[in-house]
Amino acid sequence: MADTVQDNATQQNGTLLGADELVLNMGPQHPSTHGVLRVKLKLDGERVRGTECVIGYLHRGVEKIAENRSYQQFAPYVDRMDYVAAVSNGLGYCEAVEKLLNVEAPPRAKVIRTILTELQRIASHLIWLGTHALDIGALTPLFYCFREREEILKIFEKYCGARLTTHAFRIGGLQYESYDSFEKDVERFCKDFERHIQEYVDLLTGNSIWIGRTRNVGVLNAADCIAIGASGPILRASGVKWDLRKAQPYAAYDQYKFEIPTGTNGDTYDRYMVRMEEMRQSRLICLQAIENIPEGPILGKVGKVLKPPAGEIYHSIEAPKGILGYYIVSDGGTQPYRVRIRPPSFVNLQALDKMTRGHLVADVVAIIGTLDIVLGEVDR
Amino acid sequence: MNPTAQAILHFLLTWWVEIVCGVVIVAVLPLVAGYVVLVERKLMADMQARLGPMRVGPHGLLQPIADAVKLLIKEDIVPRDADGLIFWFAPVISMVAAMTSMGALAFGPTFQVARDINIGILFVVGVSSLGFLGIILGGWASNSHYSIIGAIRSTAQLVSYETAGGLAIVSALLLSGTLKIRAIVDAQYDHHVWFGFLAPVAFFTYLVASIAETNRAPFDLPEAESELVAGYMTEYSGFRWALYFLGEYANMIVVGSVATTLFLGGWLRPFPSVHWLDKPLGVLPALLIGGVGVYSIYRAGKQPVPIQTWFMWAVALACFAVAGIFAAPWVFAPLKFIIPGLNGAFWFLLKVGAYIYVFMWLRFTLPRYRFDQLMHLGWYILIPLAIVNVFAVGVALLLESEFGWNRWLALIVTTAFTLAIALFLVRLHDKRTTAGSSATAATTDSYAG
Repeated sequence: MADTVQDNATQQNGTLLGADELVLNMGPQHPSTHGVLRVKLKLDGERVRGTECVIGYLHRGVEKIAENRSYQQFAPYVDRMDYVAAVSNGLGYCEAVEKLLNVEAPPRAKVIRTILTELQRIASHLIWLGTHALDIGALTPLFYCFREREEILKIFEKYCGARLTTHAFRIGGLQYESYDSFEKDVERFCKDFERHIQEYVDLLTGNSIWIGRTRNVGVLNAADCIAIGASGPILRASGVKWDLRKAQPYAAYDQYKFEIPTGTNGDTYDRYMVRMEEMRQSRLICLQAIENIPEGPILGKVGKVLKPPAGEIYHSIEAPKGILGYYIVSDGGTQPYRVRIRPPSFVNLQALDKMTRGHLVADVVAIIGTLDIVLGEVDR
Repeated sequence: MNPTAQAILHFLLTWWVEIVCGVVIVAVLPLVAGYVVLVERKLMADMQARLGPMRVGPHGLLQPIADAVKLLIKEDIVPRDADGLIFWFAPVISMVAAMTSMGALAFGPTFQVARDINIGILFVVGVSSLGFLGIILGGWASNSHYSIIGAIRSTAQLVSYETAGGLAIVSALLLSGTLKIRAIVDAQYDHHVWFGFLAPVAFFTYLVASIAETNRAPFDLPEAESELVAGYMTEYSGFRWALYFLGEYANMIVVGSVATTLFLGGWLRPFPSVHWLDKPLGVLPALLIGGVGVYSIYRAGKQPVPIQTWFMWAVALACFAVAGIFAAPWVFAPLKFIIPGLNGAFWFLLKVGAYIYVFMWLRFTLPRYRFDQLMHLGWYILIPLAIVNVFAVGVALLLESEFGWNRWLALIVTTAFTLAIALFLVRLHDKRTTAGSSATAATTDSYAG
């Protein structure tokens, strides 16, 4: 390979930033940076010599806002971080505050939370699949993915009136009882989804162009993943079987049987396969959960004014994109003293430079796509 | 009369056919290209479980006109550091090349666009590839990194795929023995078979190469939307952008016409030499067009707004008028002489449409190649394959003429040989790419830490 030989030569001479370097500014307005990410690419021809991420275009100071809101008031704000997986964000926050208050949501609330969160995981992965495929040039999967996501959003809408930033849960349980045909709707979605996921497989999995574009692209091995702190499907695609739903069960996950898919190479294709399998597993969890939703109250014993005892708590959940952690410090007042959020996208994005070096420009968009970042969450 | 006026008059008298044709191309082509875009959007919508343009006119039928008006009145921005003259001129080159190459095409035995020149195919291929000059210059003149990368990619793509496409054309020309467009079609009539069946490998090579030449997915790297924003067109807006766009779609029509002429029998109907099919296939065009009219009436009643109903009626009437022209000779015998011309044009356009449909279908289905993969496919597989195929077709013709082999036997043997070579090339390519990507991975690792 002529260009590889040249790569090695460049490397030996130490002229990483040689005279022929071209700096390409990608974003913040660019079709494939998934929002307002800006990447400065240092290019040698089309080969990437280095990348520099510029983030913060969507910074809203969410953590600071938390210090000036009561615990309930802050709950809708977390929906705006990973806005394609608002339910998961809400679950993490509510559970963290519950832990701080030392209350527990009733079993019925836990099961409904689990169902909605798993639906949200499917919806989030569908967005990832559609946009990732679009980045690599396949136009059609995007529309199929949005078609299925629409069904999930309809369930959300029927449940709580909102589709995107749902604010579906309340601290201590749920505010809304599930509606009459909730189980039936979820079941129908899950039944149809099996067929639809096969459509994506038919379009992409065996396609030689797709394989050529994803296999051995953006390889991240397990040690690198752990060193960077990458989590979620990215970590699992590198072969590490680490999923908080199994490792530190929360909500009602300990009641259900599901597999944790893992990859071997840690390349883009493995991440694709892992996420596809995760959607199937989420579907199975939903099917198990709707079979037996316990009766009972939906809201635990929490007061109208929340005054957690002074102290600090860290709670993390397995959001669709990885480990989402909330660190909350209370000084005994009605407002948090400090909220620190560990967003999966922000941490996963740090792998971009390592993954893109030596690849071509076209691979950069594929790698940004496979990282599945949401800039609302990266910038907060 | 003074000499200047005399010269002009002489010029007009000599070239009036070409001038009229030029005016017609310039006037009609934008409209055709606009409707090709609409058809593409509708097909894409159909494959993607949605409706596509529905607002402007019934089922979005007036969308191309609305788009054209929008593009014409849009602000025309020239970047500050752009090379103004070249920036202005580049899209013109692109479109003029595409339009000029249409001049030598023939849409039917009596529908010669401008003139049946003796180097017909060579002229079309040569002039249409000049369009790349517009892309390269436009990318360079924009003074933008995205544009220049798009332009570089398109240069490389042109060199690789024009070669393969040209060699595929050579295979067909060996069979026809002429470059003249009408003679090529006549040769297919004499052979009783389309060259696409005689030289399937060449047809396939040309199909792939022509997709790459027209910058269509999965080879749309020069303008790869998700990577380079819009590639060489990034800095263009409004009318200049429309010129590029027009050039691209005109090019699609050109390669479709070339492929139809060379491989799909041009304006010959299916089974041109089976005479009992003369009547059924002869009235088919009139029936099909009339059927579209009937369907329009059926849909007219379902339109939500009266103006859309009227428009549908107008479409139906237009269809009936065209169907009437096609049907007239069958009813009124003295008009029989127009049948070959009309039906020829119908079959030709149908084939071009089918060819372009394949382009669109591939675009909606396949992901995009990466640049290195594109080059590998071109240089390691398509070009060797095309070269081997030229030899194979030549050997087949020799076997037929010198050794008296049956033509079909000769062609099957040589095609089998070519396919074996193709299989070998693909194997070799797979091996090379796996080696290549692991090398890339190694490079990545060595940078780490």
